[in-house]
Amino acid sequence: MAGEDATFLRPAPIPPRAPPRGVRGPIPWLRRNLFSSPANTVTTILVLLFLAWTIPPLIRWAFIDAAWTGEDRSVCLDGGACWAFIGAKINLILYGQYPPAERWRVVVVAVLFIAGVVPLAIPKVPGKRWNVVYLLIAFPVIAFMLLTGIGVGLRHVPTDRWGGLFVTLVTAVFGIVISLPLGILLALGRRSRLPVVRWLSAGFIELWRGVPLVAVLFMASVMLPIFLPPGVTFDKLLRAMLCIAIFYSAYMAEVVRGGLQAIPKGQYEGSMALGLSFLQRMRLVIMPQALTVVIPGIVNTFIALFKDTSLIMVIGLFDLLGMLKSATNDSDWASPSVPATAYVFAGLIFWIFCFGLSRYSIFIERRLERGRQRR
Amino acid sequence: MPFAGLLNDTRVRAFVLQLLAFAGVVAFVAWIVSNTGANLDRLGMGIDFGFLDDRAGFNIVQTPIPYTNDSTYFRAFLVGLVNTLIVSALGIVLATIVGFAIGIGRLSSNWLLARLCTVYVETIRNVPLLLQVVFWFEAVLVLLPRPQAAITLPFGANINNRGLYLPAPAAEPALWAVAIALLLAIVATVVLARWARRRQAATGKPFPIWTVGAALILLGPLVVFLLAGSPVRWEVPVFQRLNFTGGIVIIPELAALLVALSLYTAAFIAEVVRAGVLAVPRGQLEAAGAIGLPPGLTMRKVVIPQALRVITPPLTNQYLNLIKNSSLAVAIGYPDLVGVFKNTVLNQTGRAIEVIGITMAVYLFISLVTALAMNLFNARVALRER
Repeated sequence: MAGEDATFLRPAPIPPRAPPRGVRGPIPWLRRNLFSSPANTVTTILVLLFLAWTIPPLIRWAFIDAAWTGEDRSVCLDGGACWAFIGAKINLILYGQYPPAERWRVVVVAVLFIAGVVPLAIPKVPGKRWNVVYLLIAFPVIAFMLLTGIGVGLRHVPTDRWGGLFVTLVTAVFGIVISLPLGILLALGRRSRLPVVRWLSAGFIELWRGVPLVAVLFMASVMLPIFLPPGVTFDKLLRAMLCIAIFYSAYMAEVVRGGLQAIPKGQYEGSMALGLSFLQRMRLVIMPQALTVVIPGIVNTFIALFKDTSLIMVIGLFDLLGMLKSATNDSDWASPSVPATAYVFAGLIFWIFCFGLSRYSIFIERRLERGRQRR
Repeated sequence: MPFAGLLNDTRVRAFVLQLLAFAGVVAFVAWIVSNTGANLDRLGMGIDFGFLDDRAGFNIVQTPIPYTNDSTYFRAFLVGLVNTLIVSALGIVLATIVGFAIGIGRLSSNWLLARLCTVYVETIRNVPLLLQVVFWFEAVLVLLPRPQAAITLPFGANINNRGLYLPAPAAEPALWAVAIALLLAIVATVVLARWARRRQAATGKPFPIWTVGAALILLGPLVVFLLAGSPVRWEVPVFQRLNFTGGIVIIPELAALLVALSLYTAAFIAEVVRAGVLAVPRGQLEAAGAIGLPPGLTMRKVVIPQALRVITPPLTNQYLNLIKNSSLAVAIGYPDLVGVFKNTVLNQTGRAIEVIGITMAVYLFISLVTALAMNLFNARVALRER
């Protein structure tokens, strides 16, 4: 009787069995990733030795032996990093020679910029179109008026007083804002059906890509006065900024061209069949697809541009690097560890910006890939 | 409505548009030329390359070809050009070696090594090259001792804050025998390689051409070298009064620029190499395993040939970037083309158009030649489709 209705209904799922031994946990992980073979073990030991050789002196230099506070070079003579130097020069590093009473203007512009960029960078925030209009049209005008003091009744601050991180950011933002649209135009020109337009665009792009930016900057500072009508002069900083923008528009054009080539021919033909005009085709069909494909390339070009803003130091302008380099010449702070501290600090700032940008580009890339997979 | 008809005719529109674009560019160039003419007239200068024959009158810290301050500007230009080529060539070799090592290291199954290489790439790539050049020159190399307290290295070499001093080889007459032996060995290897390829194609029997060739080229000249009684004299740097003389000197400017350029470009090359190796489809590796190829052979015969196809074009770009970036020398005073020619010569002569024209032309020429050479190599490794 008991054998006949021996139905058994399990009320709950069977608890999962423990994984086989030696698969999970830190020790198997170590065995798999660090000691899987004799060669692997030797590599691990060599890397550990290398780390033991480099890391402790670095930590000692940056933290333990470092001088954090002090008024002059006397605190920085025992070999550690001289962070006190950075503290003493922080206003110079951030604003250059911008008059202290007017520094609030730089801060206001920075806040306005962040207010425009952050919502643009977060995909979920709506109203991207107005955001772009603000950043490309309203913000540059406001920033120009506030920073120079022209047109708003504030004290005029000529650009030779500008310097430090502030100039680095102004140059980079200016370069990015100009080089992207110019690059798109050049890329379209290079793919145009009209031979003259095509040759001119290709020639322009290859000319800039074939020469170093340093040479171009020198050219701008030496040749431009010869090329312009006698008596016409140009602000030195503006000249450098335009140079960087035009130089990078050539690189941007090649990135965008890659995107244009990745769009299937059917998209062009389909939009033509719908009777869209050239501008409509570009604006509604081609560019939205082409630009999203090459977002990583565009961001990489932005990063390269950002790093290369430091080259304006070579023609005597004081960006973040130039300012720090000239600050190391201060005899009050003459100490063997000051240059190293200054350059490590500058490197850290550049690194934060560039690494942040590259992480953001990876984030956007992943997002787009997810969208593409779903289709 | 003939006019509207013309306006809507795409051929007419294309023609007019191109004409306008062309006219615009011509007008712009003409405007610049006329401005330039007016400015030059005002300064009382014409375009004249005659200044190249004048006495330069300045010294250069690194002169790979004979140069004194009595030499001409043209000679100074050549010195700058050779200096640019020296740092570019050394930089390309070093960056390739380090870059390939780091790129392959990032793909290692060893977690620690892969992470270390990733940290290297992410750190170096995100810091401006100019900053790195200045860092090596002003923050690291200044820590070296003065010549009096130089750090002695093996074989009579030493390092101090004036540079790295290496013994210089000086040839003696019997060296030509070694050169002939080397030439013969190379010819023999080429002939042997041809024969080996033909035999393998005909009979399928392989021949260890790499080992035999390497042995021929290395050992042959070495034996002759020893038989001739080592016909090379090493000129060791000697300390005299304030500094070392003799031997080969690598000045700190060159060292800083070279280290910064190679380490920076290596980070980018590492990414190129990694992408290239990852681009080889997994099926290729599995197939190689299935036909029983050992890992070394899989790498040599399956992975590398396919990865090279992907690597070559971006690698070319990195080489070109390195050559162009070598102009950052101007920031630390290494006498490269831009430093010597554009800085010093331009300041002395004021011949802006000629000097900048020549410099730009040289860079464009170097870029084009490198691109051409790499395109030839690319054509060799590219996929041969039937």
